Amino acid sequence: MSDRVRLSVFGVSLAGLMGLLLWALTGLPDFGHYAGPYGYILNRIAVPERSTTDVVTAVNFDYRGFDTLAEEFILFAAVVGVASILRKLRRERTRAPDDDAAGRHVPETSLTVRVAGLGLVAPTILVGLYIVAHGQLTPGGGFQGGVILATALLLIYLSADYMTMRAVGPVALIELAEGLGGAAFVVIGLSGLVAGGAFFQNWLGKGTVGDLLSAGTIPLSNAAVGLAVTGGFVFMLSEFLQQTLTRRQVRRRRGRSA
Amino acid sequence: MAVCATAVVLVRDPLRQAMVASIYGLVLGVLFFVFEAPDVALSQTAVGAVALPLMILLALAKVRGGEE
Repeated sequence: MSDRVRLSVFGVSLAGLMGLLLWALTGLPDFGHYAGPYGYILNRIAVPERSTTDVVTAVNFDYRGFDTLAEEFILFAAVVGVASILRKLRRERTRAPDDDAAGRHVPETSLTVRVAGLGLVAPTILVGLYIVAHGQLTPGGGFQGGVILATALLLIYLSADYMTMRAVGPVALIELAEGLGGAAFVVIGLSGLVAGGAFFQNWLGKGTVGDLLSAGTIPLSNAAVGLAVTGGFVFMLSEFLQQTLTRRQVRRRRGRSA
Repeated sequence: MAVCATAVVLVRDPLRQAMVASIYGLVLGVLFFVFEAPDVALSQTAVGAVALPLMILLALAKVRGGEE
């Protein structure tokens, strides 16, 4: 195909796509003019029915808990994918990490980064735990808090080194957190099936609106998802780091293509 | 927003692109917050501004560190 034909095909499809997109854009409801009934219904019933002040969390972990379970497994599948792609290959060998090996010089981390990083670790963990624990009350929840918690470990890597990070978060523990969190979320769903007759039925006492321990199974789900997400993200990051810092491909002697 | 998105496409050096993508993620998070969607804003900020650029950086480091 010549450049000219290719360009004209591109031009035609671009014009078509732009036309369709603009057409769709003009059909959108104005900002603040929500058309469906479900949002209004949920806004009305979520607080009295589920004792949650964050309706988004009520939807995610209760009314549509099943969807969130599937999302949880998307993350799980991604983690499994990273683990299998970044596994140690036969023609790779492991060596001491770049920043810890004898005779290898890496630029030293500046004091500013060290101090700022270490100073941020504790606040980051606190914010992460707060967001996980207050999922049913304020915006946020297991997923958001979990990602924030995972970045705490990264701050440790930034301000110390790879081996310290490994010591603080050993792989076995991370894998355990990921698996346990995912399993606990399924168990919470199944417990609804047993106790209330439906998957993810919120059967626990609802408590007082605004209390930390209210909204039945929702905080439990948030904790489970928080654990799984923290484990998943930390696992992916440390797999990437391990691959980058400690593994080298062994070059083949002869000119065989790899 | 549009400026940020265009910048991500126009910056051709992957290392800088990761940084610009991070800024883009942060701005998108702020936009979600302004439009009264704090839940999404939190996810967007954590994933778009931190986790995604980080994975790009790590992948880049691996690719550039390459063979020995």
